[in-house]
Amino acid sequence: MTTDLGDPVPVPGAGGGRFAGEPVLSIRDLSVAYRTMAGDVRAVDRVSMDLNPGEIVGLVGESGSGKSTLAYGATRLLRAPAVITGGSVQYQGRRMDTPVDVLQLSNSQLAGLRWREIAIVFQSAMNALNPVMSVRNQLTDVIRAHLRLPLRAATEKAAGLLDMVGIPRSRLHSYPHELSGGMRQRIMIAMALATDPEVVIMDEPTTALDVVVQREILGQILELKERLGFAILFITHDLSLLLELADRIAVMYAGQLMEIGTAAEIHHEPSHPYTKRLLHSFPALRGPRKDLTGIPGTPPDLHSPPPGCPFLPRCTEGTDACSRIEVRLSRVTSSADPEHLTACPFVLPDRPDAAASGSAVSVRPSTEELTT
Amino acid sequence: MSSQAADEQRPAVLESAAAARGTLVLEAAGLTKDFRLGRGQILHAVRDVSIRLYRGAVVALVGESGSGKSTAARMLAGQEHPSAGTIRLNDQLVELSGRRAFRRYKSEVQLVFQDPFASLNPAHTVRHHIERPLRLHRGQLSKDELWKQAAALMDQVRLTPAENFLAKYPHELSGGQRQRVSFARALAANPSVLLADEPVSMLDVSIRLEMLALLDDLRQRFQLALLYITHDIASARYFADEILVMYAGQVVERGPAEDVTQQPAHPYSQLLVSSAPDPDNLGAALRNGTGRDGRQPGSAGSPPENACQFSARCPLAIDRCRAEAPPLLQISSSRAAACWRLDAAAPSLYAGGEGGGNVTS
Repeated sequence: MTTDLGDPVPVPGAGGGRFAGEPVLSIRDLSVAYRTMAGDVRAVDRVSMDLNPGEIVGLVGESGSGKSTLAYGATRLLRAPAVITGGSVQYQGRRMDTPVDVLQLSNSQLAGLRWREIAIVFQSAMNALNPVMSVRNQLTDVIRAHLRLPLRAATEKAAGLLDMVGIPRSRLHSYPHELSGGMRQRIMIAMALATDPEVVIMDEPTTALDVVVQREILGQILELKERLGFAILFITHDLSLLLELADRIAVMYAGQLMEIGTAAEIHHEPSHPYTKRLLHSFPALRGPRKDLTGIPGTPPDLHSPPPGCPFLPRCTEGTDACSRIEVRLSRVTSSADPEHLTACPFVLPDRPDAAASGSAVSVRPSTEELTT
Repeated sequence: MSSQAADEQRPAVLESAAAARGTLVLEAAGLTKDFRLGRGQILHAVRDVSIRLYRGAVVALVGESGSGKSTAARMLAGQEHPSAGTIRLNDQLVELSGRRAFRRYKSEVQLVFQDPFASLNPAHTVRHHIERPLRLHRGQLSKDELWKQAAALMDQVRLTPAENFLAKYPHELSGGQRQRVSFARALAANPSVLLADEPVSMLDVSIRLEMLALLDDLRQRFQLALLYITHDIASARYFADEILVMYAGQVVERGPAEDVTQQPAHPYSQLLVSSAPDPDNLGAALRNGTGRDGRQPGSAGSPPENACQFSARCPLAIDRCRAEAPPLLQISSSRAAACWRLDAAAPSLYAGGEGGGNVTS
């Protein structure tokens, strides 16, 4: 019996939807390994995803799930012992005539791409600023290196950047230790936006900040995004934040994507058991008190990952067949959105009418086919 | 009427929502800490804070960074000398003069730190971390007995098999496992009070809940009086009996956890609650720019000393707020808020109250 397994796996985000046009960044089958004495650790395993212009994609996962490695791999910021073992990363900016494959670029081409086209706000920005350089010097450094402006113009631009993120110009002469955590984080964002990039990767930009400041900064990020039109890949372990902030959410576990869909789909019709457990991991401030379960257990050791689905040891819905599947994304049959993808082929959809729905083409293999 | 209510000088002791759980262990009254910054400047880190901890109950101290919550905890832990105020343990006034008194106090009151990556010594095994407090606080123990007690503590925090974990170094443990070691180390002293300073904020979201559940389990089993310090008011809702909201060194609101989170009375508590991520809102509040005012207490243009410290950021502030700091005004038998504008900030709560009154705790 023929199954639909042979069909090309739909690519998340490729269909456009709200964000029509070519994706600005498209990652295909990217794999990253850490070379160690004990063998390779597959930190990122054949991950494909798209980022459309002006879109916020949230990448969520536990520590060690590979979310940062994925982002740094896609921008070639990884250092040994990390090696990219396969895949491609197409970048197509408005300022470019033809798309480029980031993984094939020479070092000098890469230097032109970085910051100018793809900028990064690093984790723990509090410590990413140079403590012995004034804010002005750090900002003008970037501006002069990437935009080749004379000092006077660069200083003027630096002041403009501070205006943009709501910090008084007098702070140009401050050193990092004289600024609050929130201000330092804003300066990191200003610095990333200094060259008007098309893609900004934000790696846990607000994790070290308290909620009120976090909210102010997120509001500011959204405002700047609307105004300047860049796309954001937002990395965090806080799913509750992404539900509110992101357009689409990709859930990562043990180096692989487990589910990808719009924020509303992830929130209201999660398909993968891991996503469901994540949704029950944070206490909600509003609404009735619900039972919180968390996710007992720890992620697998990627030195010797378990066969089949990596979430199986912690999954309450797993079966024997789960240890024999090959993890791949396929359409959530119960979802009206063809781009809502899940890596779990077994769990029945929550919606009772889903089984009867004939509109969606099933790409879920039956248990029988998988076990033979 | 708000002004009339405040003028009544009728101090009453506020009931604590945590009192129902057990007996009073630790009572701090009027805790104050001033730091001299030089050039005659003084930072009022903690102002007149009163906290009562009861056995088997959790009190949460919630506030933004710099609100003084950690300083308050350090004073309760005996690690910082209060500029004013008293601490009573089991109804005995605490005087921490000399090492012996300090050690005796420490065997009752233990502190767990925020960062499990920094609070364990990388050069020592887990065993060392657990056995040292055992030796210090549990008297002379034979080698066998020491090992047995250490292993029992590891069981309590569910680091099993104990012998595997006792032999490990901190770098061999995950963040969650390290924090479990910190809990075991604190329990080694056999304390009645545990002060947990942001015990889960450095951990992954998926692990946080497990750790809070463990902490709750330990609270129950050892009848611990717990102070839970956090900036995550949502976790306080689930975990605590009573919530104290701190702002600029002051308790601005206190009351039962569910009441404070579901119907915050003080404008600052309201800001805190509205700042928490709200998945059901899908960005609407973010896009509207709710609470967009970055002025922190103590920054340029902060209100004068005798004003309400929140008045510069408060949408409801009137002249009185800028001239006179409000004391904690009683809203109900177990709730109070320090605000002159409660009639406008929380009309439903205020109308129901008996006019309020100045409370001492």
